[in-house]
Amino acid sequence: MTAAPARADSAVELPTAVTRRSSLDLVLRARELGIVLALAALVAVTAISNPRFLSGQSIRDILLGTAILAVLAVGQAVVVITRNIDLSVGSVLGLSAFTVGTLLRDNPGLPVVVALLIGAAVGGACGAVNGVLVRYGNVPALVVTLGTLYVVRGITYFWAGGQQINADELPAGFLDFGNATFLGIPYLVLIALLVLVITGVVLRNYRLGRELYAMGSSPQAARLAGISVGRRTIGAFGVSGALAGLAGVLFAARFGTIDAAAGTGYELNVVAAVVVGGVAVFGGSGSVWGAALGALLLTTIGSSLAVLEINQFWQQAIVGGLILLAIGADRLVAARVAASLKKRGSHVS
Amino acid sequence: MSAETAVAESRTAGLTARLANWNVAIIAVTVVVLIIAAATVDNFGTSQNFGFLVLDLLPIALVALPMTLVIVTGEIDLSVASTLGLSSAVMGSLWNSNQPIETIIPLCLLLGAVLGAVNGFFVTVLGLPSLAVTIGTLALYRGLAFVVLGDGAVADFPAVYTDWVTGNIAGTSIPNVLLIIAILAVVFGVVLHATPVGRAVFAVGASEQAARFAGVRPGRLKFWLYVVSGLVAGLAGVLWTLRYSSARADNGAGLELAVVAAVLLGGVSIFGGKGALPGVIAGVLLLASLQNALRLSDVSNEALNVVTGVLLIVSVLAPNLANAVRGSVQRRRHRTTKPL
Repeated sequence: MTAAPARADSAVELPTAVTRRSSLDLVLRARELGIVLALAALVAVTAISNPRFLSGQSIRDILLGTAILAVLAVGQAVVVITRNIDLSVGSVLGLSAFTVGTLLRDNPGLPVVVALLIGAAVGGACGAVNGVLVRYGNVPALVVTLGTLYVVRGITYFWAGGQQINADELPAGFLDFGNATFLGIPYLVLIALLVLVITGVVLRNYRLGRELYAMGSSPQAARLAGISVGRRTIGAFGVSGALAGLAGVLFAARFGTIDAAAGTGYELNVVAAVVVGGVAVFGGSGSVWGAALGALLLTTIGSSLAVLEINQFWQQAIVGGLILLAIGADRLVAARVAASLKKRGSHVS
Repeated sequence: MSAETAVAESRTAGLTARLANWNVAIIAVTVVVLIIAAATVDNFGTSQNFGFLVLDLLPIALVALPMTLVIVTGEIDLSVASTLGLSSAVMGSLWNSNQPIETIIPLCLLLGAVLGAVNGFFVTVLGLPSLAVTIGTLALYRGLAFVVLGDGAVADFPAVYTDWVTGNIAGTSIPNVLLIIAILAVVFGVVLHATPVGRAVFAVGASEQAARFAGVRPGRLKFWLYVVSGLVAGLAGVLWTLRYSSARADNGAGLELAVVAAVLLGGVSIFGGKGALPGVIAGVLLLASLQNALRLSDVSNEALNVVTGVLLIVSVLAPNLANAVRGSVQRRRHRTTKPL
């Protein structure tokens, strides 16, 4: 075999595998269709009650908010697909935002690209620590990342010591980057799309991506198939951390004001976006496209609550309800698919 | 091999043997920390600070008791802090609408039990992973707490109740709430270690299937454990509100970290099936006295979370590292004896 990119092995699939793939595809498509329909209904209801919801400014706000949440959700999806979870993303976002904010305040000449890279590097380092602890400590990701959630947040508080970075201390070029558009599309949205497309293609079409799904379906089988599960686990956490770090820079550019509490509690929204988007918490299925749609839905819910003048405090309760609804629906669909596969299997044999 | 390696070997073997008995180790560490803190931190050893220490560890200790049983069965409940917050918010809201406190408190306990039953329903009836369910209810219950009370606070609860919670047993410097902790700790300890229910909890944690074959109904057991967990979290919410005489929707936010850290620090295996209540009590005491001593040394609350987070990671890491060390020692021994 040559070093040609290892594509999804569609050519060597057995017929049964093809039918399973297609029924699974159908389920996923149904999920994504469901989100799109829910989104359309939400937008319609909100727009009828208040047309200002469809104004350019309002849509721009939703897109910018979605961009940050979607970058986080893509990273989280990569981790969840390997049957892990990363609860530390909100804290990593805060640390990265504060690091980049401090650097830009002290060196106004720093190019935006360098700021983005530094943010991603800070986040990637945090993610690698998570991954190493999960891999070598043989500890559930939940416990490790619950611990690092507080450790990273505490480090940020310790460092910031109550100080806050204000928009007027940041270089104008950086703040422009948070607001400027290219062909009418905000830069933040372009970056989120870039992250989404690259991760989506790698997960779907490349060997590396399929290995992550294999690990999530069955870590033991993946190991027996020669996948270096440990290294891929560290890699997945590294990606999630790096994207959280990147999201921190986007956060800084969008809001301009950064204190040690930036991104507190984001992990709940991110987990909600991912499971609502159809990434199963049991690992092994789902896509980053779904996760990004989930992020769009959550952000839109937030804005329409404001427009409909519903108590903002409902937002968090809705996030929780959506998580329960999504995992419950996943379970029902999985049970139905399993039953239909069983029936089909009994016809064959 | 040389005598040196033999000594090192026996030393590591002794270390792992002692680590195997985590309960003894954690109790010893707690005693050492208490002695060091009393000797080096000003005001740590005073009877007044003892009262604060007990009040600080009250919610952690209460919620850790049912959490121990839940984790031993191999599940987890991350929603406890939000249940506490919702209980507190409802208490404030009912007090605002002039209900008598004697009806409010039972209602809050009932609310806690119902919230726990919701968790139990999703986990045992629908068979969903408890981690995902309780992350969902963590957000849901906290959100509902804000819906109920907004971001305001309700104060001026009857002095009889608030004074009792912050007061001492007449004529002593033993806080009243220590009674509650002691009674519940004994009840949970007896249930876990001396009744068929406790044996069923361990059996389910060790192997759910084997437990089912032995006549245990794992689903029903877990459901009731979640109900108890919610009930105790509701009680913790009531006591929290009375202690500060302030009902707020964000009361107890983040407490689940301290509770899970204390339980795992107490030697309960996150994979289920292993653990003991005396170790958990020591874990709670260790965590609370470390936090108390650091706070007396002017360390900020946020920095304290670093300590809690590190303790959480270390407490799950240490047993696995001990196993790894033991494994590598055995392998090395195997390798050196083979050629002979």
